[in-house]
Amino acid sequence: MQRLNGLRLAVCLLFVLATAACDGPWNNPYPDAESENAIYYSSFRESPRHLDPARSYATDEASFTGAIYEPPLQYHYLKRPYTLIPATATDVPEPQYLDAEGEPLPADTPPEDVATSVYTIELEPGIRYQPHPAFAKDDAGKPRYRDLTEADMAGITSPADFEHQGTRELHARDYVHEIKRLASPEVNSPIFGLMSAHIAGLGDLRERLEAARKQLAPGESLDLTAFDFEGATVVDEHTYEIRVDGVYPQLRYWLALAFFAPVAPEVTRFYDQPALKAKNITLDTFPVGTGAYMLTENNPNRRMVMTANPNFHGQRYPSEGEPGDREAGLLADAGKPLPFIQRAVYSREKESIPYWNKFLQGYYDTSGISDDAFGQAIRIDAEGNPHLTQTMTERGMDLATTVLPGIYYLGFNMNDDVVGGRDASGRKLRQAISIAVDLESYIPLFLNGRGIVAQGPIPPGLFGYEDGRAGMNPVVYDWVDGEPQRKSIEAARKLLAEAGYPNGIDPDTGQSLLVNIDTPATGPEFKTQMDWMRQQFDQLGIQLVVRASTWPRFQQKIAEGNTQIYFGSGWMADYPDPENFLSQLYGPNGTAEHSGSNYANYDNPEYDALFRQMRNMENGPERQAVIDEMLAMVRCDAPWYWGFFPRQYSLYHQWLHNTKPNGMLQSSLKYLRLDADLRAAKRREWNDPVIWPVGLGLLLLALALAPGLWIYRRRERGAVRRTDRG
Amino acid sequence: MLAYIIRRALYAIPVLIGVNLITFLLFFVVNTPDDIARMQLGFKRVTPEAIETWKATHGYDLPYLYNEQADGLDSVTQTLFFQKSVKVIAFDFGQSDAGRSISSDILERMGPSLALAVPTLIVGMLVNITFGLLLVFFRSTAIDWGGVVLCVLLMSISPLFYIIAGQYVAGKLMNLVPISGFDAGWDMAKFLILPVIIGVVGGIGSGTRWYRTIFMEEYGKDYVRTARAKGLSDLRILFVHVLKNGMIPILTGVVVLLPLLFMGSLIMESFFGIPGLGSYTIEAINQQDFAIVRAMVFLGSVLYIVGLLLTDISYTLFDPRIRL
Repeated sequence: MQRLNGLRLAVCLLFVLATAACDGPWNNPYPDAESENAIYYSSFRESPRHLDPARSYATDEASFTGAIYEPPLQYHYLKRPYTLIPATATDVPEPQYLDAEGEPLPADTPPEDVATSVYTIELEPGIRYQPHPAFAKDDAGKPRYRDLTEADMAGITSPADFEHQGTRELHARDYVHEIKRLASPEVNSPIFGLMSAHIAGLGDLRERLEAARKQLAPGESLDLTAFDFEGATVVDEHTYEIRVDGVYPQLRYWLALAFFAPVAPEVTRFYDQPALKAKNITLDTFPVGTGAYMLTENNPNRRMVMTANPNFHGQRYPSEGEPGDREAGLLADAGKPLPFIQRAVYSREKESIPYWNKFLQGYYDTSGISDDAFGQAIRIDAEGNPHLTQTMTERGMDLATTVLPGIYYLGFNMNDDVVGGRDASGRKLRQAISIAVDLESYIPLFLNGRGIVAQGPIPPGLFGYEDGRAGMNPVVYDWVDGEPQRKSIEAARKLLAEAGYPNGIDPDTGQSLLVNIDTPATGPEFKTQMDWMRQQFDQLGIQLVVRASTWPRFQQKIAEGNTQIYFGSGWMADYPDPENFLSQLYGPNGTAEHSGSNYANYDNPEYDALFRQMRNMENGPERQAVIDEMLAMVRCDAPWYWGFFPRQYSLYHQWLHNTKPNGMLQSSLKYLRLDADLRAAKRREWNDPVIWPVGLGLLLLALALAPGLWIYRRRERGAVRRTDRG
Repeated sequence: MLAYIIRRALYAIPVLIGVNLITFLLFFVVNTPDDIARMQLGFKRVTPEAIETWKATHGYDLPYLYNEQADGLDSVTQTLFFQKSVKVIAFDFGQSDAGRSISSDILERMGPSLALAVPTLIVGMLVNITFGLLLVFFRSTAIDWGGVVLCVLLMSISPLFYIIAGQYVAGKLMNLVPISGFDAGWDMAKFLILPVIIGVVGGIGSGTRWYRTIFMEEYGKDYVRTARAKGLSDLRILFVHVLKNGMIPILTGVVVLLPLLFMGSLIMESFFGIPGLGSYTIEAINQQDFAIVRAMVFLGSVLYIVGLLLTDISYTLFDPRIRL
């Protein structure tokens, strides 16, 4: 009996201790001590693979690289259309045009007369890097951490674990070093191919680096500082120049991407040590920048933690925005120093259900809306407008929707004998299919309405996009009662007959025309989509064969031109210029022949000539006229079924402020502000533990055990009785 | 016993080479080095030149098994198989195709996997053995029949249901524990309570039935009749004598699993946000990261061989008649 009492006491003590240890909600996944701090909590699904600015090109990586690195330019947080402003530069550079002799030319010189464009970028003085051991020096002024051994690395899991940290001022040579890295075969930057066509001498630098690399001993790396490079040169400590062959106005936009952020040579030398690589401490895992944040923990399987960079150079929250921003409270922090949030914790959530539930409990500050949770969060009114459901409204959530600067489309391989070609047969077949595939039903069915039908390749928000009748695709739509209305299926059948396939019958075989659609998508959801797609083609009597494959195989088929129709492909803007989208249909960009990103292999000399004209023009009525002409051509030729522009839905808790979706911004973290006290209060309110079911469960368990106990006692007594008789 | 262990270790070498070779062949039947490069290079602006550069810098430009361009020993060593697979036998896992140290990743992920798997296994075994013995105790009664039916019911429910229902009830409705997440040190406990309970409950159906079968067979043996004749209580017979004699088949099933606990649980870790090894191989297959796939298959093979050896050794502890 005494032992039983002791056990009871122990259990009670444990329970009291456990509950006493938790000041806040029991289900809080973060330490209670953090509750009152201004820590931003978010999540990621896929582990970021590259944080090296010369290699990182994925959207989910940009939330880290965008917060850590500072290219010379950035986008204004609030203004629309997207506007470039300086980040570390003193101003947005204008190119100086030169002729073949290197003599200056006026700014209005026709592009064909320009031999070289020089962008001179002047940096703000006094900008310093985040604290990092790569900058730490010993008493003799030499780098402190060189030739590190395995023993030196004991107990070190991140650069922050090194005893000595250092910093230094940002130098123009750091930007030049990064541009050289774009050419390095060791880095293999995804934009090397594109940039080598524009930045002077970048291709030549790659060849020299390739040759030098062959002379290296195993384990050695290239020292890029030893290579001259005409394309990017240091003018002085705070000024550098980029030289472009001919003209390339889009370079300014690239200067706002992390590819052109500074990487200090001593940082790459520091990370080049085998003892660090063995512990996964590399530039790809622990980036080093001058931005508002620095990565202090990188466990891509668990969480990534960024903390405010103590050396950040004092940018301030914008003081102007677009109409309505002030009323929305987006200018309440105007002029205040950035960043507001001191720490950001990104936890890995592989599954959508636990992620969504934790967001509802207040453990994530913001969330997208998955298909599973859409009905719980959003209701669509009779006019088709999205609103928060009552549950979300009661929790004080904010909803923001924005059309992303990107497009998903269904493409036709223009090199294919059946669906390709610019002759009447192929063109009318593509037009017929474009009419028959009813995207107006696809978007609500499969996307919960999160997309708008595309009338051409340029998304809303970019110059060149036109709304209303002017922006309608007249090949597929008629303007009826003030809105575009898809042409009838009869119109599609008529076009199909004109294409030489009456009722979808292939005259060569006498049977239904058979076309293949290639896609990288797999899984049950995709199967439903493809069943729907088959039905659309069935309306024309065309038999659709779905060929699903892995992403690399899909890419290989595209590269080899071994497709008829492809689906599941899209393009997200690198920068907010129509050139970025119209280039996807530029002939010399054809994938099969030129290894470019024109998957459809569309090749129209007139379109190409207009493209070359358009890409060098300033935004204005003249450029719009050229774009309209180009759009008319591609709408008629229909190399793409224009697909849809994705609409992003974001939910924000009431304690998060300054939230404004920005499709071009790599990271908006430095602009966000949160009310930690309100969050802590709401978490407590929403997560009060409910204990009574535990008691009920124990009671039920005891009741369930009772028959067993009764049988046991009866059996024991029975045995005694038998023993007594015996 | 030492001689036996050495002999088994030597037997393992050709097995491991064979496993390596089969993994290599199967992987490259399905994937080409070009596929791997495309997967690593991402979605935008992937050019043939970038693919060739990636292959050259990562050693995927070599012939598969025999290098006709090389002379002598190099014709074998300067091949994809030798460079990528043979070094693994010396536990040199190298870097993943994405550039991360595989050994470092495995060491980092092993702890969380064990933190979940070990308590689940131990508590699960204790619960299942207890329930199995109790069902034998109540054999041929309504409790036994009801227990078996309940076990079948529990077995019929998808593990995913236990997880989602557990998270919903304990994490969301009752707010007792975090729905998912992980932390180091003692804070780990609050994240592990729910997955361990779910792991145990989810395994009760099959585990209890299995142990019941084992113990029922033991219960029919002569030594049990002798023990009963000596006047021992049923509970003592079951929990002392039957349990000890039933250990051989239990060990066969359990000890072999012990080393594999390192490999983690895919679904549990995925839903509970536990940063273990459970998804490491699957993610590598999806990413077509051959370096990780071959390392993990090799590690799995080694652990399985170790498990079998441990099983043999453990027999000697419970059955004095067995000598190695």
